[in-house]
Amino acid sequence: MDAEAAKLIGAGLAAIGAGMAAIGVGNVFGSFLESALRNPGAADGQQGRLFIGFAAAELLGLLAFVVAMILIFVA
Amino acid sequence: MAAEVAKVDPMHQFTIAPLGGSANWELAGFNIAFTNSALWMAIATGALFVFVAGGLRRELVPGRWQMSVEFFTGFIDDMLEANVGKAGRKYVPYIFSLFMFILFANILGLLPLGVIGVHPFTFTSHFTVTGVLAILSFSIVLLVGFWKHGFHFFSLFIPSGTPLPMIPIIFPIELISFLVRPFSLGLRLFVAMMAGHVLLEVLSSFVIDGTNAGIGFAALVGIPSFLLMIGICALEILVAAIQAYVFALLTSLYINDAENLH
Repeated sequence: MDAEAAKLIGAGLAAIGAGMAAIGVGNVFGSFLESALRNPGAADGQQGRLFIGFAAAELLGLLAFVVAMILIFVA
Repeated sequence: MAAEVAKVDPMHQFTIAPLGGSANWELAGFNIAFTNSALWMAIATGALFVFVAGGLRRELVPGRWQMSVEFFTGFIDDMLEANVGKAGRKYVPYIFSLFMFILFANILGLLPLGVIGVHPFTFTSHFTVTGVLAILSFSIVLLVGFWKHGFHFFSLFIPSGTPLPMIPIIFPIELISFLVRPFSLGLRLFVAMMAGHVLLEVLSSFVIDGTNAGIGFAALVGIPSFLLMIGICALEILVAAIQAYVFALLTSLYINDAENLH
């Protein structure tokens, strides 16, 4: 396979990581909403943890984007 | 390179260019050209200064401007109180400056000033900028940790109650997760801003190329892409605020580690 083609295929495959991170972020907010509706009184106190979980899940998706950008523009 | 094929180059907006013949300014052998990045940092700082100065009024019944400044200071104060505790009060100035600077930078970069020919430059979409901010936060954590606890700070890497045989395994894992923090902190902000701006640019290339290709493509590709772009713009404003918040939140969590160990 041509090296350039392999890079582009790799960059495309890295988009799977972005989709996986979407599942993760959806899971974080979905679970938060589910439990926040059960106990609305405790929801506000957990917002910091919500965003920590969001940041952790999102970072891995962003790493996939970095991999794709490195493959297209740098490598 | 794949980028040369597209007519609208999505990476062009991140080009750093020296302004007004300052390309050859030197200080002790280093180039200190006044770039568009530096210009927008100055604009963000100026806007932040005006915003805060306008709210420093100490009126008993605050007006709208004073209310909005007090909302942000109160917000940061509450965040530090909740995450660090009483000792967190002394970090309010740093976290507040960090949060507001990143927030202003992100939002200034999204302003639609391109229609009047002024192209905003999002300097938070460069790892050099976010990396320095992350190193700043990380050095504060290290300084506070070693100043307050001395070499006892290393107990951060061994959670209390760890069984003795587990220590050789836990220690390197905790050490690596600690050392990766500045990278993940800087990388998150930089990539989130860059990804958003690349996405907007790619969508705009859909709109432009689709509309140029004829009426059928304009209706099929151009209009839906344009509608999607409006939605993504709203999402980007949300992301700009969330990323500033996450940066400040994680910094305060790391400071909590340094202040209180585990």
